[in-house]
Amino acid sequence: MIRIENVTKQYRGSARPALNRVSLEIDKGEFVFLVGASGSGKSSLISLMLREEVPTKGRVHVLGEDLVRIPSRRVPYFRRKLGVVFQDFRLLPNKTVTQNIAFSLEVIGRSRGLIEAAVPDVLRLVGLEGKGDRYPNELSGGERQRVALARAIVNKPAILLADEPTGNLDGATSDGIMALIERINLAGTTVVMATHDKSIVDRLKKRVIELSGGEIIRDERGGAYRAEKPMTSSEGAGA
Amino acid sequence: MRLGFIFGEISQGLKRNVSMVISVILVTFVSLTFVGTAGLLQLQIGQMKGYWYDRAQIAVYLCTSIDPASSCPQGAAGADIKDAVKAKLKSHTLKAYVASYEFENHKQAYQHFQEQFKGNSVAKYVTAEQLPETYWVKLKNPNDSRIIIESLSGQSGVFEVRDQRSYLDQIFAILNAASLAAIGIALLMLFSAALLISTTIRLSAFSRRRELGIMRLVGASNFYIQLPFILEGVVAATIGSVLAGIAVIAVVQFFVQGYLATTISYMSFIGLSDAFVIAPAIVLVGIVLAAVASGSAINRYLKI
Repeated sequence: MIRIENVTKQYRGSARPALNRVSLEIDKGEFVFLVGASGSGKSSLISLMLREEVPTKGRVHVLGEDLVRIPSRRVPYFRRKLGVVFQDFRLLPNKTVTQNIAFSLEVIGRSRGLIEAAVPDVLRLVGLEGKGDRYPNELSGGERQRVALARAIVNKPAILLADEPTGNLDGATSDGIMALIERINLAGTTVVMATHDKSIVDRLKKRVIELSGGEIIRDERGGAYRAEKPMTSSEGAGA
Repeated sequence: MRLGFIFGEISQGLKRNVSMVISVILVTFVSLTFVGTAGLLQLQIGQMKGYWYDRAQIAVYLCTSIDPASSCPQGAAGADIKDAVKAKLKSHTLKAYVASYEFENHKQAYQHFQEQFKGNSVAKYVTAEQLPETYWVKLKNPNDSRIIIESLSGQSGVFEVRDQRSYLDQIFAILNAASLAAIGIALLMLFSAALLISTTIRLSAFSRRRELGIMRLVGASNFYIQLPFILEGVVAATIGSVLAGIAVIAVVQFFVQGYLATTISYMSFIGLSDAFVIAPAIVLVGIVLAAVASGSAINRYLKI
């Protein structure tokens, strides 16, 4: 489903590579946490999977597409098979909840009929029934992230990429969001989530990939936020 | 393709930068009006050339009593010289080129001169004797003037042989320069119009960067993302160029036909049919210019 081989990403003007010879493979239906200090390369990895960035060296395959070679006009069609959420929600403030979700379908040319059927469905799924006419600034942080999740999954993506989706939320609200993401995962969507939230990672006991200085230092199934045995001392503290 | 959605985006974009859109409209309007006027001037020059070249003749000026001895050693042209010139025009070699010729004596020349310079003080001082007697030669093909000039110039008693077109060429050269200058200014303005359009589009894209970010994220195709911006530029420029087209038609209808043609009755002027050729052409130029300018602007702004 996602295969990354020997990937090095060097940004222009920085001495140290953001990712250094990283290889990993994620199968269909998996739930993977990416953990590590700020600047360890989690976000770069997600950018590569989204094909926002191209690796300096190495290969990236996602959903059968070679993301190094894919022609740029096919990139949008590739992205339609992914859902993405971010720490800052990225909602449009001048559109209602319903319009925000409908917007993502309108811009990929979906029919009005499909949109009118799909949006209420997904609102029910994320627990925002009856709040479709609210504007983002009338919602709590948790509710906003639910809107963002609804937008990410309304097109039934094969993979959900989440870059610190609970980073702006308090504990109880985070748990609600995580329950929702787990449900999305159980329905068959592969989830890759970058996070600093120790308690979530420890509680869910999913696969954990830990990055440090652009390299994978741990890849453990059913792992915790920190390794059982202490690793090298250079490993930074997260949250 | 959701047309309603795209049109919604365009009208939002236009409303958001009203002042920039108005300036795009005005700049394309003014610059394309310049282009159109320059085009009209070119057509007018073409028309005048056709009209005057047909009427242009070759003047064979005979010597008068006041011409300098260097060119007229034998003084004023007598009957023998007139006969010699006439014989030459009738001769076998020149007959093939000459359509007709006419003789103008001192008295006729004086009358023409008085008509032409009516109200001018020079008309008072000139006498009939100072004006040369002239053979006006009309050619079958005006381009053959050189042959006549060469064969008659050396003739004794002939002061000068002159193709009237050489006077016209000077006037046309001036008009031509004027229309080229207008085109030059127009090109400069079109260039600034293109820059203005691309700045406006970039501004519009910047004010909608959130939407654009989300569109890219959810996989909207480039075409779908760019189309509203390109159309935004095209709509503004189309309004400007249609106004320019109307202005060009109005110039012809009210200024050229309504004023010039009635005031200067002996000249032929371009008509509405010419304006109806120029107007669609400048609208097309405006639309293509806007599409290219906004397309390249948004293309540079939006890398996927």
